[in-house]
Amino acid sequence: MATATVAHQDTAVHEHHEHEHHDHEHHDNFITKYIFTTDHKMIAKQFLVTGIFWAIIGGFLSTLFRLQLGFPDMNLEFLRPLLGGWIDEAGKLDPTFYLALVTMHGTIMVFFVLTAGLSGTFSNFLIPLQIGARDMASGFMNLLSYWFFFLSGVIMFISLFLKTGPAGGGWVVYPPLSALEQAIPGSGMGMTLWLISMTLFIASSLLGGINYVTTVINLRTKGMSFSRLPLTIWAFFLTAVIGILSFPVLFAAALLLVFDRSFGTSFYLSDIYVAGEALPNTGGSPVLYQHLFWFLGHPEVYIVLLPALGITSEVIATNSRKPIFGYKAMVVSLLGITVLSFIVWAHHMFVSGMNPFLGSIFMFLTLIIAVPSAVKVFNYLATLWRGNLIFTPGMLFSIGLVSFFISGGLTGVFLGNSAIDIQLHDTYFVVAHFHLVMGSASFFGLMAGVYHWFPKMFGRMMDAKLGYIHFWLTFVGVYMIFFPMHYIGIAGFPRRYYSWTNYEFANMYSDLNMFVSVAAIITFAAQAIFLFNFFYSMYRGRKATLNPWSSNTLEWTTPLHPKHGNWPGEIPTVYRWPYDYSKPGAAEDFIPQTVPLSQTPESNLPHEQELVKLELEIMREEAELLTANGSKH
Amino acid sequence: MYGFLIGVGVLLLLSVIWMVYRIQTLVSVVKGSDRKLETTSNKVNAFLFIVFLVGTGALMTWYSIKEFDNYQLPVASEHGVITDELFWITMAVTGVVFIITHILLFIFPYKYQYKEGRKAAFYPDNHRLEIIWTTLPGVVLAGLVISGWMAWSDITAPAPEKAHVVEIMGYQFAWEVRYPGKDNVLGDYDYRLISASNSHGVDFTDKNATDDFPSSKVVIPKGEPVLFKIRARDVLHSVFAPHMRLKMDAVPGMPTRFWFIPTKTTAEMREELKNPEFEYEIACTEICGRGHFSMRKVIEVVEPADYQKWLAEQKTFIQQNPAIAAGQKAEVKEIAEIVKSVSNK
Repeated sequence: MATATVAHQDTAVHEHHEHEHHDHEHHDNFITKYIFTTDHKMIAKQFLVTGIFWAIIGGFLSTLFRLQLGFPDMNLEFLRPLLGGWIDEAGKLDPTFYLALVTMHGTIMVFFVLTAGLSGTFSNFLIPLQIGARDMASGFMNLLSYWFFFLSGVIMFISLFLKTGPAGGGWVVYPPLSALEQAIPGSGMGMTLWLISMTLFIASSLLGGINYVTTVINLRTKGMSFSRLPLTIWAFFLTAVIGILSFPVLFAAALLLVFDRSFGTSFYLSDIYVAGEALPNTGGSPVLYQHLFWFLGHPEVYIVLLPALGITSEVIATNSRKPIFGYKAMVVSLLGITVLSFIVWAHHMFVSGMNPFLGSIFMFLTLIIAVPSAVKVFNYLATLWRGNLIFTPGMLFSIGLVSFFISGGLTGVFLGNSAIDIQLHDTYFVVAHFHLVMGSASFFGLMAGVYHWFPKMFGRMMDAKLGYIHFWLTFVGVYMIFFPMHYIGIAGFPRRYYSWTNYEFANMYSDLNMFVSVAAIITFAAQAIFLFNFFYSMYRGRKATLNPWSSNTLEWTTPLHPKHGNWPGEIPTVYRWPYDYSKPGAAEDFIPQTVPLSQTPESNLPHEQELVKLELEIMREEAELLTANGSKH
Repeated sequence: MYGFLIGVGVLLLLSVIWMVYRIQTLVSVVKGSDRKLETTSNKVNAFLFIVFLVGTGALMTWYSIKEFDNYQLPVASEHGVITDELFWITMAVTGVVFIITHILLFIFPYKYQYKEGRKAAFYPDNHRLEIIWTTLPGVVLAGLVISGWMAWSDITAPAPEKAHVVEIMGYQFAWEVRYPGKDNVLGDYDYRLISASNSHGVDFTDKNATDDFPSSKVVIPKGEPVLFKIRARDVLHSVFAPHMRLKMDAVPGMPTRFWFIPTKTTAEMREELKNPEFEYEIACTEICGRGHFSMRKVIEVVEPADYQKWLAEQKTFIQQNPAIAAGQKAEVKEIAEIVKSVSNK
């Protein structure tokens, strides 16, 4: 803690210094303010805008393959200006490029949008603001984290335009397919760029994660004990821990794949005869890759989901004007999910050929993780119960998230059961499941966060009515896209299929697939409403008030446009937990964390009344220390 | 011209939306309604949750019932009956949870929408409630897991010794089928022996291989255990026989297996479905490249007597192409021998 105190004083002194020389701020030029900035708030905005850019690309790719799936007979000649040779003479999408589209859609959405765009944005933005810190523990590492991510994105983007196409082996890039250029052209240069890009992404993610963990542990303001942390911070903290422990394993998997691809090793390759030639590799195991990949891959699901759940907890409590129900249970279930997320990975591999006994073990572990998830849902419902609900767009998206979390979570009970998974594995049932529980739920968390914290980010309000329209179109749209996929999946339609017409068991439902495609295109188009609202409000939105949602957390005690350092004077001290909403006896329906218990005797609970004495004592000591320091100067 | 007209149309539409947007913003500023909390919008949103609940609930119920026969594939294996039963039990349990939680999730916003002057209940926790809703899912899930585990153990148990062996080998982009012949033992293979005439890489120096024969489709007897020995030649594939509720990855370098008992012949299924064209199919469910979607193979389930007759009619590899064994280069065979002896140690 000693170092933390020193750091505190350092930044405090620095801030003080800046105040004396106000012109210092004005010397910030474009490059230091917007590009190579170390201010966590600006870095968060960089992550957000980059995430939105990738979301547009990723969403657009999905409309392309939905066109193929919904309208297999359609002439796609009009896409030739964009896709060139990937549209063949007959006006059809190339099957290899179709696989590249699914692969890139998955990679982009999972890593660039829902990991970097969600965690990168809100961990960066909210951790210092909500725990009462001037900035991240290391602003420079934070800067590196963004620029590694940016570079990783540039490389992935370039791979989209290769003549042989980007990586096309599915976002999981299982070898041998991803290792053999002879097997699919995307495994040539496209896969090389994928690996480089992911390596940079892992570096970015680790730099960010280490920073988040360090900041939460060391830089909490006075009084901000772990039991007073907003649930957002708990979620970001644990997300970062998961990332730090799991991303290196993905790096290991990728590194071995690089060796197999380029240096003739046989970690994953064995007994392969491809393109008229027997390869010399023996003794490797493709299943090894799957174990390593899913050791990241499964925790990754929680890396994208936990921040969304944290944001939802905060937004639902604030807009229900009620404390979150079961704060401790929420924290314990987050911890439970964190630990369990590391020991369930092989449920992705029930039919991979691994020992079936291992399958039994992982089935038991997997279904345990449903318990903390169920607790979270019940707690959200109990928070809404007897609240006084204000439907801000953020609140709507949070309720939508809970709905997706239930729908997608319940189908997980099917897939986690290895006996049932035999039939459902790699069908559209899985596609429906993870798009709801991880894709859409996390996306809604991201949206809830943007609508809720936009006033803090840009000092202006987003238009609420456009937000409502955006929510309802997207909410209905997402269900219209993914709910029908359950039927298609139960019927046995396999994933990553260019078309199903070759099979008798899967040649019905061309109508349902068409419906899904239309819903997907409409939902994608509806995001234009958000884009307009976001960018327009950034410059022309109504000026926000300091605490537009009457919220308790610390970020709303900063000025409208906080400078680097967040608070102009002292960092506020925290005296209570963040969920004192509608406390009996209190005049207002919220009591910010900065209000001492000694000032609210009318609303204190019995155990809090006892803390008042302690609190007064600490405040007196503080005052003495301050005067002593003052006289020393 | 079309492009121009569409452009003008889009532009007009956008400007209309823009005007409406500006006007409603200004009106709300003038009325001061943007400061109020108990607004029409709040009420509309609360109401829309009910509309959504009723609307999608009705849609889901209607479609699930109407399409039941369409999405519920007929089952044709013994273990498939059990896994289907598990599936529908799980569906019932999760369905109840799904409906109850969603009714609450969408009724609460309506019922507890913001009212001026009302205060929300300060209700931070309730230990008894929390313990109940932690243990209840735990118990229910335990039940589901244990039944799933028992089914899984049976399905993945070693195949009965008398099981009919069929080898299915995946490659880009088709399946090849090999039968062990009279001895019911497949001959050795080595991927280095693969050639244009010997696509399986069968090692014909192994005498078990002499009666092995290929087949253009998978023919299996009804009511008797069948063991699929599954392997891949180039990349990962996955054998998926939807009516058999069977799926297993084909992995290069690591043979896998799946055994089952088919319960209905193709003819019986044709009658049941009133579809004279019906065939049992195998599809690939592990992404394997350009032709991933086109790896169809037909399974024909026949009566045991017909199966024996069919077996007797088949011609072995060597009968079909006597040169096939001679075509194997001595040194390749030698390497294969060495590798085999090394890996046996």
